[in-house]
Amino acid sequence: MKVKVIVTLKNGVLDPQGKAIQQTLNGMSFQNVSEVRQGKYFDIEVNESDESKAKTQVEDMCKKLLANLVIEDFKIL
Amino acid sequence: MKSSVIIFPGSNCDRDMDVALKKFGFKNQMVWHNDADIPKSDLIVLPGGFSYGDYLRCGSIAGKSKIIKSVIDFANSGGLVLGICNGFQILTETGLLPGILQQNKYLNFICKNVFVKIKNKENKYFKNIKKEILELHIAHNEGNYFCSKDELKSIEDNNQIAVTYCDQKGDDNEENNPNGALKNIAGIFNKDKNILGMMPHPERMIDPFLSGEDGSLFFENLIGSL
Repeated sequence: MKVKVIVTLKNGVLDPQGKAIQQTLNGMSFQNVSEVRQGKYFDIEVNESDESKAKTQVEDMCKKLLANLVIEDFKIL
Repeated sequence: MKSSVIIFPGSNCDRDMDVALKKFGFKNQMVWHNDADIPKSDLIVLPGGFSYGDYLRCGSIAGKSKIIKSVIDFANSGGLVLGICNGFQILTETGLLPGILQQNKYLNFICKNVFVKIKNKENKYFKNIKKEILELHIAHNEGNYFCSKDELKSIEDNNQIAVTYCDQKGDDNEENNPNGALKNIAGIFNKDKNILGMMPHPERMIDPFLSGEDGSLFFENLIGSL
């Protein structure tokens, strides 16, 4: 089955790319954009039919590789 | 003294490091990332570069490569492990050093000489260096050191800050911070001070004709203290 994961920066962690995107959007007349935070999205195909088993495995993958918990949080969709 | 430099796909300072280590008397060997074992060594170096193309996060893939288990075992048994630039990023991704190197604050790749202040000489890396301030080279896009407040307190309490960015006089305030690093941190130790990660490249400062000699002081001290 396919498991989807989103990795985002924790609140309070500086995101200079997000800031640059926000400023560019403001410059493109999207004046009402007050903040952009950039993240990562993963589609993971796991050879496992049991959804909860697959998600448990992906959670382990997130903690060990996909996210760095010093600055990032992850969400399994 | 024997040293080993680990080569990852995308390492590009491995040969400079090899030249520097040999110049100051190390018997150096190059070790491929896909090997399982490291030959007997007094020092292991993770060189600069862009291991695995900086995919996912800088150093994250190298931090899980086959050779890393041997590096971690060596470090945990008290062996000297030095990570320069991408090597520093790899050391944080393995968890051997706390924190992480984020993208530079102003989004620019920085390639220039900087001054760094030695903050702790009670270790083999800086013990007998007479100077307090070294001129070294940096070349990175992700050198912005970050860690949690609790982690920073622990780093400070254990004197783990190795070098900070400063000016020629040694003033390490925010004005002399090239990349936004917390507390101007350019390099840190683990608690036991046998592992050092730093962004500046001492191996690029070993020739008075081409660059400068402050890197020579680093390597001379290192081989002398082993």
